[in-house]
Order: sequence, then C-alpha cells, then structure tokens
Amino acid sequence: MNKSDDRNNSFSLEKVLTLESVKAKASVESWEQAANIVGELLINSKKVEPRYVTRMKQALAEIGPYVVVAPGIALLHARPEDGVLEPCISLITLDTPVDFGHSENDPVDIVIAFGATNKITHIPALKRIADQLSESEIVDKIRSAKTDKKLLEAFLDSHQDVIPEGN
Amino acid sequence: MIIATLCGMGFGTSMMLKLFIEDILRDEEIKAKVVSWDLGSHKGQDADIIVAPSDMARHLQSSESTVVLIKNLVDKVEIRIKVLEAIQSLQD
Repeated sequence: MNKSDDRNNSFSLEKVLTLESVKAKASVESWEQAANIVGELLINSKKVEPRYVTRMKQALAEIGPYVVVAPGIALLHARPEDGVLEPCISLITLDTPVDFGHSENDPVDIVIAFGATNKITHIPALKRIADQLSESEIVDKIRSAKTDKKLLEAFLDSHQDVIPEGN
Repeated sequence: MIIATLCGMGFGTSMMLKLFIEDILRDEEIKAKVVSWDLGSHKGQDADIIVAPSDMARHLQSSESTVVLIKNLVDKVEIRIKVLEAIQSLQD
C-alpha cells in the first residue's frame, strides 16, 4: 500500500468512536485495571487482538508514564504490528482517579486507547482527539458525563443522537 | 530548520505534538520541517529542536539539539510559548 492509498483510507473520529467503545465512570483500583477496561472495549468489538492490550501496558511500564499527556488524561496505544485488526479508538472515564506514575499529571480519570494500522490513517482522528482535549470546556463535560451516551456526545461535542439507541 | 517531536513509538504522542507545532508554524509563517521520532530510532538523527514530553527528559540529557520539554501535551499555549522561544533562541 502506498502513501496516497493510506491517506485515502484515513478515518474520522466519528467513524470509530461509537457507543460500544465508550464507558462512563468505570470503577478501577489501578492503572492496569483502567488499561484492561479501555482495552476490552476494543477486544470485544474485535478491533484488536488481546495481545494488543498487553503490549499497551508493557509499553507504559517500559517507556514511562509520559502517556499521561495532560493533567488527568492518559492516551494508551501500542504498535500496528502488536495485533491491530481495524483502526479503533476507545474511551473511558473513571469514577475515582488512579495514579499512572506521572510526576505532574496524575491522578488520571480519562483514559483513551487507540489502535492504528499504519503511521498515517489515524492522523485526522488523532488531531480531533488532541483538539478536543485542548478545550477545557469539552474536558469538563467529558469528566461530568454520567452515562456512556453523554460521554460520547461530550467527546464528539455533539448534541445529536449519534447512534440509534436500544438496538 | 528541523523540529523533531519525540515519544516512545513515534505515532501517538509525538504525532499529536507534530500536528500542534505545524499549526503554530503556519500561524506564525515560520518555515520549518517537523518530523516525529520514536525512542528507538532518534539516536544519530539530527534536528535543531527536539520537542518531547517532560517525562522523557532523561532520554535527552546528551542531546546537542535545543530541547523543549512539554508538561501538558494538549496545552496549545504551553506548546506555542516554549516552541517559539526555542526557535527565537536559535535565530538570535
């Protein structure tokens, strides 16, 4: 696959972040449990192999807690070759924040995981994520969302029914 | 001028930084190339400025480039101030 094909296959945040890939106010006691829950959302929808989540946690342990990209916010991922089946993003918030071991940005209560199939196609979605997280009003709404639906709406900054409910 | 962003794997955090920095350069009409590096491949490569998460400082102690460390990687103000300062220091 050449570069232009990759670009044409790039995906939007709206396309990959759905009600099945978010969970509001999860209860965890450690960063590993948080990583497991945000990772299970991707495993359950067959977007990644289980080993991807293991690699995500290993990367954090090996390279360091810089994945806590901002106060309270962690962005987890591994490499395409670690078992990504489809481009994907999942998002959870925690009812009680947990430490990831970062010197300044702990504790964490927003955890995002993504899987990319190459180095290019996830860039538009990643840019959206970064732009959304740079808006403190959006982050406040993400933090206060009590249901999965509200969380998804807050993250996508939309007030429409993004997904039909109840089916 | 080459500005490199650094993270563990080269396409998450460093890519996010790269995208923000490209926006800043466009706004300020500064011509520079922004590349994203991962920890495994950055050694031996050259950049005028390296921008990295503050937690990665220990990996950059021996770097000859101007190192910019960012605490909040989605804080466009922090990134803008620190990166423009570094660019200015090289131009003086």
